[in-house]
Amino acid sequence: MAEVTLKNLSKKFGTDIGVEDISMTIPDGAFVVLLGPTGAGKTTTLRLISGLEKADRGEIWVDGRNVGNETPAQRDMAMVFQQYSLYPHLTVRDNLAFPLKSPILRTPSDAIERKVSEVAEVLQISHKLNNKATALSGGEMQRVSIGRALVRDPAIYLMDEPLSSLDAKLRTDLRVELKRIHASLGATLLYVTHDQIEAMTMATHVGVLNEGRLVQFGTPREIYENPNSLYVAGRLGLPRINILPVDVFQNAPVRATHIGMRPEHVHQGDGLEAEVKRVEHLGDLTRLHLTLNGHAITTVADPTMTYDLGTAIKIAPKNPLFFDGNGNRIR
Amino acid sequence: MAKIEIKNIRKDFGDFNAVKKSSFTIEDGEFFMLLGPSGCGKTTTLRMIAGLELPTSGEIYLDGEEISQQPPSKRDIAFVFQMFALYPHLNVRKNLSYPLVSQGMPRSQVKAKIEEVSGILGIKDILNRPVGGLSGGDRQRVALGRAIVRDPKAFMMDEPLGALDAEFREHMSEELRALHDRMNATTVYVTHDQLEAMQMGDKIVVMNNAVVEQFGTPQQIYDTPATMFVADFIGSPSMNFLRFEGALENGATRVDLNGQMLAVPKQLQGASGKLVFGVRPEHVSLSENGDYRGKVLTTEYLGTTQIITLDTPNGELKARIDSAQTATVGENVALNFEAPKITLFDETTGLALRSSLNREVLAHG
Repeated sequence: MAEVTLKNLSKKFGTDIGVEDISMTIPDGAFVVLLGPTGAGKTTTLRLISGLEKADRGEIWVDGRNVGNETPAQRDMAMVFQQYSLYPHLTVRDNLAFPLKSPILRTPSDAIERKVSEVAEVLQISHKLNNKATALSGGEMQRVSIGRALVRDPAIYLMDEPLSSLDAKLRTDLRVELKRIHASLGATLLYVTHDQIEAMTMATHVGVLNEGRLVQFGTPREIYENPNSLYVAGRLGLPRINILPVDVFQNAPVRATHIGMRPEHVHQGDGLEAEVKRVEHLGDLTRLHLTLNGHAITTVADPTMTYDLGTAIKIAPKNPLFFDGNGNRIR
Repeated sequence: MAKIEIKNIRKDFGDFNAVKKSSFTIEDGEFFMLLGPSGCGKTTTLRMIAGLELPTSGEIYLDGEEISQQPPSKRDIAFVFQMFALYPHLNVRKNLSYPLVSQGMPRSQVKAKIEEVSGILGIKDILNRPVGGLSGGDRQRVALGRAIVRDPKAFMMDEPLGALDAEFREHMSEELRALHDRMNATTVYVTHDQLEAMQMGDKIVVMNNAVVEQFGTPQQIYDTPATMFVADFIGSPSMNFLRFEGALENGATRVDLNGQMLAVPKQLQGASGKLVFGVRPEHVSLSENGDYRGKVLTTEYLGTTQIITLDTPNGELKARIDSAQTATVGENVALNFEAPKITLFDETTGLALRSSLNREVLAHG
């Protein structure tokens, strides 16, 4: 495993910016998640690191070695794509063994056998090793394609939304599984997603991308609790953070134009009167949709409380975040 | 608007039984969810209400009138599909006016109706645009508009948001619900997304394998599931099932899990054999001292809360706790369960055992 460092990486497609001046260090053994909407430059970053795209400017260092001019094979990285591409005519065992049979690696056959059963164990597909790859469920196929990356011992694993084509239940299971695999192998992982839940739950570090730029890098907790811009604050948290003009409440710093309150940071009981517009019982908690002087506010409440539509409740900000006219955080 | 009563409805496709004897009532003005995994019969049920399928047996009452064998055109119900079907060669206005013109409504009236509906949906400024160039959201609004212009007695919606991406879906579901609250139209909505059902529905019917498993308000279904299927399907993460073998007396307030006595709501029936202790993740708390213990396997940070997966003597368990509390992987901790919220199940039948918690809900369901 290895540490990977990106220095001022830039890539344009014609006049479109793919990524712009990205610098970051993926520490050895880290699980880094790149988060951003479609077109933010997540997949481009991944492809630049793997060597599937060539950077216009900047450097990529793997364990102190500049790999910018190396071929994908020389870089020794394993990639998992969103769409699992397995060899339909081979068994699960042969699919898993395939990367090890590469002429570059020249792995002895008993070592292949050992590695395949090891990985099958981790992914809980040992009992399906002799199945044809096509005789598997979607979740099993995706596990095999992750397994195909795991049989190798690459410098880094690169994963491009590997869970997004799976149904919700399976996604939850595989999230936990990936985390366990990461912990047990001590692997370095770079994982791309637009799903904030995946980012928060799995990552040791999250990189938030916006229009090709890396706008914040830190632990999930740092990004959630201490976002440095309006954009980052809106990327994590469901329901989304409430953003209101700063003059709705008092006591704001001078340059602030907007106040941000996460739904759980709306204190109830005193302050300004807001009208209850809608109540959603989600079971473990209740979501309240309020309006305050025409501004919509979402907050959460205890599921045992009852609220009548149209009544007023008093609210005040708790731990608010303030932002200036450019969307930057004021601390 | 209308009240819809479904009585003992059944549908067979050849040898395949798609819907087994189902009965439920949709009150006037309700936003009603048909929830279940694919193949459970929810879409078939919806199509029978709309008249796109005829039931093999049973009755459907729309405002007291039995309509189960009438053609769709006689039922005055509007249908919104998952894939918004618009006429690609017509502009927004013509897409909206088509259902009215084909009914023979006078021009001036059509115009007034389009004005009204486009106002409700906020699409006044795109009325003259071709539908081809519209964003997904606007296309969906036009599709809804086409259902609304006819002033039908009820709306049937078959996963209308299924094709949209997560963020946009959240937005559209709020919009749809707000629209319903303004118009108060009886709406039957099919989805396989439990969160969508909880969020939007006044009432939910949970279906599985052609059978109605439970029928009630979102909070009732969440707090007091009638079957293991419902308990597992609703909530994310879903309810934990701690499996154990034992016997239970009528009136018991504690159960024996591997020698640990755990408090439960007062039981109103006896049971024995393979039993299940059902507890929601947010009703599990972690502490240092206690006899029922588990080992922390993983922690998942979610902002204000975190999900802890633990290994217990009765299987894996997930707990939702405050993210300020620390839990270290590998640590052995004591688990406490919120006794009044526990549901016990008989694993062989999959049914919830009656207790003081769920007595009222199970009585009529």
